[in-house]
Amino acid sequence: MIELQRLREAFRTSLDLPPDAPVDDLHYQDNEKWDSLAHMSLVAAIEDEFSVMIDTDDVINMSSFHEAMRILGKYGVDFDA
Amino acid sequence: MSVFTLAQEAREALLHKELAELTEHHRAHCAEYDRILTASGFTSAATVADLPWLPVRLFKNLKLKSIPDDEVFKVLTSSGTTGEVSRIYLDKAAAATQTRQLGATLQTVLGRKRLPMILVDSRGILKDRRSFSARGAGVLGMATFGRDHAWALDADGEPDVPALRSFLEKHGAEPFLVFGFTYLVWLHLYEVAREHGLDLSNGILIHSGGWKKLVDRAVSPGEFRRRLREDTGLTRMHNFYGMVEQIGTIFLEGPSGGSLYCPDFADVIIRDPHTWAEQPVGEPGLIEVVSTLPTSYPGHVLLTEDLGVLDGIDDGDWPGKRFSVLGRLPRAEARGCSDTYREAS
Repeated sequence: MIELQRLREAFRTSLDLPPDAPVDDLHYQDNEKWDSLAHMSLVAAIEDEFSVMIDTDDVINMSSFHEAMRILGKYGVDFDA
Repeated sequence: MSVFTLAQEAREALLHKELAELTEHHRAHCAEYDRILTASGFTSAATVADLPWLPVRLFKNLKLKSIPDDEVFKVLTSSGTTGEVSRIYLDKAAAATQTRQLGATLQTVLGRKRLPMILVDSRGILKDRRSFSARGAGVLGMATFGRDHAWALDADGEPDVPALRSFLEKHGAEPFLVFGFTYLVWLHLYEVAREHGLDLSNGILIHSGGWKKLVDRAVSPGEFRRRLREDTGLTRMHNFYGMVEQIGTIFLEGPSGGSLYCPDFADVIIRDPHTWAEQPVGEPGLIEVVSTLPTSYPGHVLLTEDLGVLDGIDDGDWPGKRFSVLGRLPRAEARGCSDTYREAS
């Protein structure tokens, strides 16, 4: 659950959301805070937080919180731990 | 995986089928477009070159879209030199496709890893995030392909030499990406790098935005490449040609330089500006661009106001047509051709 909290926190910080804001159902550009500029901050925050380097295709495909979880799984982040 | 794979014959067979279907799709879903085609007497096209084109200017005059209002996800605008604005309507699917195909095109030369990146622009262009300029949107779109971004210009638009130096100290020994508009690269990167002895030899430069300002300074595309190579060490350079009216489709300069190439989902036709006949290799004319990406608006076959010339077919770095952009058609002539359509519509 720790990893999940870290991802939620990365989302809240880069999208400038309140500390308790629900983020698990967020979709790119459905939330007005998650625009293309914020997307770049989000990717950078996730890379820093999990010490990974995300490929271009994955940056393009990271269109929701759940998609971010799935993609990070490919990079070895285990959300069930 | 490359998107520069199809030889001309195979490409035309594929595009003819897909573009003819798109033509029917847009006729059925965009009343204005259907009216224009009916007025022009179009029935069917035996080849890609027979498909009816719209003058790109029409997107400044008419609201052309093939999706209902409630499915509009994004409206892209571009201001031309005269201040008229094109409006391009995307639904979710079209927006996702254009991003993906732009990605696939650039990954042909960049690889799939995001490289450390220099943006030859100023952070200030992204200040008002509710309304980016076309330049801001372009820079942001490209930023996706990089990481650890450094801005080559400070808030006042002056070269930020310390920022460039610290970027190169950290990343200069491995491949890195440089993006900027061609004249900014020349004025604010080339000249600065030369003056300060910056080594850009591991850089891959992606640039666009027209040569007019450079031609005014007597810098040709060949001169641009030669001087960057000699004075900064930069050897990997890819110019590209594209427009908001066919968002996601870019025509990319090949590794050996000099010609632009069409991705597999697009093509160009060069037309005689007086007879509209298709020009052979070596004969300049107006550039028509075709692409299968515009599904939410009838922009799949567009006549631009740019002059270009075919440099060859199936004889370059990548298969298909290769061409060069020569500049703009003088305005008076361009206006003539869209008036025809305005009357028809």
